[in-house]
Amino acid sequence: MKVSLIAGSVTLMCSAALPTFAATLDISIQNLTRGIAFTPLYIAAHNDDVALFSTGQPASAELQMMAEGGDIAALQTSGDAAGADSIANPADGLLMPAASTSAMLETTDGNNYLSVVAMMLPTNDGFIGLNSWKIPTEPGTYTININAYDAGTEANDEVRGSGEPGEPGEPGMPVPPPLEELVGTNGTGVAATITNPNVHIHLGNLGDDDIAGGTSDVQNTVSRWLNPVARVTVTVTQ
Amino acid sequence: MKTQIKITLLALACATLSACSDDNNTTPPAASEPDPAPQNSVYSITVTNLTPAQPMSPVAVLMREQPVWHIGQPASEALATLAEGGDNSQLIADETVTVSTSAPMPLPPGDAQTLQIMVEAGDERPLSVVTMLVNTNDGFSGFTGLALDDMAVGDTVVRRTRAYDAGTEDNTEAAGTIPGPADNGEGVSEGRETLDAVTLHQGVVSQDDGLSLSVLRNEHRFDNPVLLISVTKVE
Repeated sequence: MKVSLIAGSVTLMCSAALPTFAATLDISIQNLTRGIAFTPLYIAAHNDDVALFSTGQPASAELQMMAEGGDIAALQTSGDAAGADSIANPADGLLMPAASTSAMLETTDGNNYLSVVAMMLPTNDGFIGLNSWKIPTEPGTYTININAYDAGTEANDEVRGSGEPGEPGEPGMPVPPPLEELVGTNGTGVAATITNPNVHIHLGNLGDDDIAGGTSDVQNTVSRWLNPVARVTVTVTQ
Repeated sequence: MKTQIKITLLALACATLSACSDDNNTTPPAASEPDPAPQNSVYSITVTNLTPAQPMSPVAVLMREQPVWHIGQPASEALATLAEGGDNSQLIADETVTVSTSAPMPLPPGDAQTLQIMVEAGDERPLSVVTMLVNTNDGFSGFTGLALDDMAVGDTVVRRTRAYDAGTEDNTEAAGTIPGPADNGEGVSEGRETLDAVTLHQGVVSQDDGLSLSVLRNEHRFDNPVLLISVTKVE
């Protein structure tokens, strides 16, 4: 980090005409699903030393907090420390099915990669993920369809949790009040173990057709999904 | 726009079109030169059904300025009629459609069909291709608003399309609600879903995967993409 900050200031001294901002991004994010809500989104433009997650690698503690509990504070703290330009929670809460939200992001020189994450509810540790998308230098509008990932940190029991943002490692799905009627009760649990402890493509919810019992508290006709689950539209201007 | 001539044609019938004139043309032709014969563009659209057991309703191919659907917005009545019952006639009859054709029969799983449309060169509008997954409540696929402006003769554009949910009928999969051969039930139903918006489809559950009242079986499940569509400018 220190090296890149010094390099940045040298560049500024050498060329006073250099713009402070590398690009202005108008970012729109749409929930493409019928029955999955997204917790507060974290959007970051960062350099190529930073990755919010890597498939095939264990989730960071910060990612785990987002994926299991929808809490993006730790991701934002470490993003800030790494010099990222970021937006937290542009939808001001849950981004419901079929809904869209948008935000402007001005990127500083060197922050040429865009990442977007948010937890998917109801799931145990599912999240939408755009991972280090190279921001084009050519002005224009770009559309990226993004998939559902499993953080690999919690067994997918599909059972209602405490309702509070879950502690990492605590079983159960958080159920904030707007989702109260979407999620059933008394499920006995679908999966009891983690089969892949690394970040991977989510297998989807199983669910069942018994809202007051069965193995899952997910309704199988409502809260399954097929990829992609979200669409990110980025308009790049200089 | 109303005087624009609507052309619905398979390639076989193309030969008769040279007499088409443009009634809107208020500029008198130069006296010394005859009107140049209009050049026609012909597009060939091949649709392949990639699903295991979801026949597609007769495929609609049409040109119009506006998209046929927007994700996150309510489906039009014409789209709801197609998505619930496989009937594309309202969609094609819409006055905003400038050119269209429909497949004469459903498209079985694993099969491909080729349709052609002809339009006076320069009169192209964005292309849409739409069809219902008939063993669903209100699932459809295709693309909408494909700009053809940059295509040269011989060019091909390929799209792999996803399944969408029209948001106009709950996905109960119950007996009597699915028009396809898995049920031979009702097509269009009254009303809309609580979430009255087009979204991506979550897939069907089926009786075999835990929906006890479903008439669908494991083979009716599908994943994206569900169609392979190639568009070639042949003339």
